[in-house]
Amino acid sequence: MKKEKKSVKTAENTLPSAVKKTERELPFYVVKRGDAEQTFGRAALIRASAIVIALLLCGIATIFVTGDNPISIYATMFKGAFGDAHNLWKTLQDLAILLCVSLAVTPAFKMRFWNTGAEGQVLISALATAMCMFYFGGAVPTPVLMLIMVAGSVLAGVIWAVIPAIFKAFWGTNETLFTLMMNYVAIQLVEVFLKVADKSGSNTVGPSLLKHGWFPELFGQKYLLNILIVAVLTVLVYIYLKYSKHGYEISVVGESENTARYIGVNVKKVIIRTMVVSGALCGVAGLLLVAGTSHSIDSNLVGGRGFTAIMVSWLAKFNPLMMVLTTLLLVFLNRGSAEVTTKFGLNTAYSEILTGVILFFIIGCEFFIQYKIVANRSHKLFKKKGGSENV
Amino acid sequence: MFDLISQFIQRAILQGTPLLFGSTGEIITEKSGNLNLGIPGIMYMGGISGVIGGFFYQQSVRIVNPVLAILIPLVCALAGSLLASLIYCFLTITLKANQNVTGLALTTFGVGFGNFFGGSLIKLVDSDVPSIALTKIAKVYKTTLPFAQWLEDSDSLPLQILEWFCKTFLSYGFMVYLAVVVALIAAVLLKKTRMGLHLRAVGENPATADAAGINVTKYKYFATCIGGMIAGLGGLYYVMDYTNGVWSNNGFGDRGWLAIALVIFATWKPNFAILGSYLFGALYILFNYIEGASMEIIPVLKMLPYLVTILVLIFVSMRKKRENQPPASLGLSYFREER
Repeated sequence: MKKEKKSVKTAENTLPSAVKKTERELPFYVVKRGDAEQTFGRAALIRASAIVIALLLCGIATIFVTGDNPISIYATMFKGAFGDAHNLWKTLQDLAILLCVSLAVTPAFKMRFWNTGAEGQVLISALATAMCMFYFGGAVPTPVLMLIMVAGSVLAGVIWAVIPAIFKAFWGTNETLFTLMMNYVAIQLVEVFLKVADKSGSNTVGPSLLKHGWFPELFGQKYLLNILIVAVLTVLVYIYLKYSKHGYEISVVGESENTARYIGVNVKKVIIRTMVVSGALCGVAGLLLVAGTSHSIDSNLVGGRGFTAIMVSWLAKFNPLMMVLTTLLLVFLNRGSAEVTTKFGLNTAYSEILTGVILFFIIGCEFFIQYKIVANRSHKLFKKKGGSENV
Repeated sequence: MFDLISQFIQRAILQGTPLLFGSTGEIITEKSGNLNLGIPGIMYMGGISGVIGGFFYQQSVRIVNPVLAILIPLVCALAGSLLASLIYCFLTITLKANQNVTGLALTTFGVGFGNFFGGSLIKLVDSDVPSIALTKIAKVYKTTLPFAQWLEDSDSLPLQILEWFCKTFLSYGFMVYLAVVVALIAAVLLKKTRMGLHLRAVGENPATADAAGINVTKYKYFATCIGGMIAGLGGLYYVMDYTNGVWSNNGFGDRGWLAIALVIFATWKPNFAILGSYLFGALYILFNYIEGASMEIIPVLKMLPYLVTILVLIFVSMRKKRENQPPASLGLSYFREER
């Protein structure tokens, strides 16, 4: 970041003098790269180097804060994420949930529908799951309860996602702001449930109140079922986006709504249908969170995953298979830096700083994939330099 | 009865002031076409930067100098939020990155930054104080106009009314008035000056503005940075005035998002944001004043600002009245050669 900033600053610093001499001509200009230039290898190389630089910078910052030596810091981070069986399962579980939310936001994003409301959509389906467990738990046999829970959570996610979609489709209501506001309505609805369900005034409704409808353990592993479900979903979403007619329509609407209309795609229908898919996937994430993981609910259950998912999906360029990698990166950072902060008795928010820095780098490096900076040959700066070199 | 109303108005104004700072900043930013979802993070950055500056100042001197006690945290808060805004500007304007993603990343970063330094500052500098409590500095920030005290216990009715008025509207720290003044200045600048016209042009259609000879990059940078700095003051106000200089992690809560909601509620007009912020502030504390309110009513009331905002958003988009719309190029990066 610092290096990039400096180079731009120097370019800007030369601006005032350049303005006087060559009528607002900059020594460099930016050109968009053609499709032929956008090779997979080049893009991967740029992204990888951005991540490496960011990790190095984070390492330096961590040395500064903790005073530990760098190798030991990376070792601690690695230990925290993959150190033993327990940590490994926890990392895989975190990965599964975040990946599930990321899969959920992806179809809408590919359509350029900026759904910032995944947080609320997941939370409201978590609430629906918890309510099913609370009110029907013990009253109906477990298989029936499971079915009710699945139906309830998916329905809740769909409702929460489809309301903004309808308004966007028919009246062009700004979806970014609409979905953002829906998050906080969902949070407060959860608060209402907490007050109703637990009269003691605590801030969570825990496993002691939600006794029924837990996901079964597979082969003695608590989280295996979650992980398998998300793995299947990943492949399904990949196929849906890449090989189905729906997926094709989504990408056309995303590229240009006018083109879509011209070739006979019903844009309104596509917007609403895609958000239904998005909401349903959020519903699954909410179900996995409550029934498969925490067996409890509080208003911070989703913990910002809805927002992180947006970045995961965007970083992977909306490719579900690539998203496994980007999710792994973020989860590794989160779990790893949590280990570092506990070791040194620091505040756990440190991981958010690191995540932020890495994201800035990856966001920034997209520029170098999409555009190139070309020297302005006619500029005085180069003429002088070139002239002296020639002589 | 009058005392109760006075108290209610006071608390609503205190509660609304951080929102007013945040939304004024965000309105200026959005008018340039930048949808800065990093505002919650920037407000945290502003708050914690002020706290760090104030903490070192209070630790280094025995008796605080009132002028320095105000200036040091203020300058630090402005610098912190400026830095955060510059990150956003550099990524979205110079590197043309996606604004939503950048903003959310900035919020992650800023909130983490605030909570980390708020939670670990004492440990990092090996200080022996138990917690960050900038009470001396907060006292300076909370210095109020003395009119209400002068008029206390007066017996004639006009004087009593005057006292009530002074108590209700003239007994705040300077930052409460600063918020109103900044919002009014922003409203006039946006609506009445050439600069405001240019800024709005950039937000509506940057290509046209560029063709008219307006430096789009410069306007976007300035608007976003100044907007961010104003929002950062909201964070500073919250710690120095509202919580008496005591930093608590995540104490600021969802006020940053509420400020973004307020932008819509005020339909991108800073003068409307003044009333809107006090209204949202009032909704935030209303449950204290409802007799026999059960516990469940609190979240329902807290939900109201967001529901009202959604309704305004829907209403505005359905009516399609020109002057109430979001800036047309909101959320889009501008690249000259892509016209």
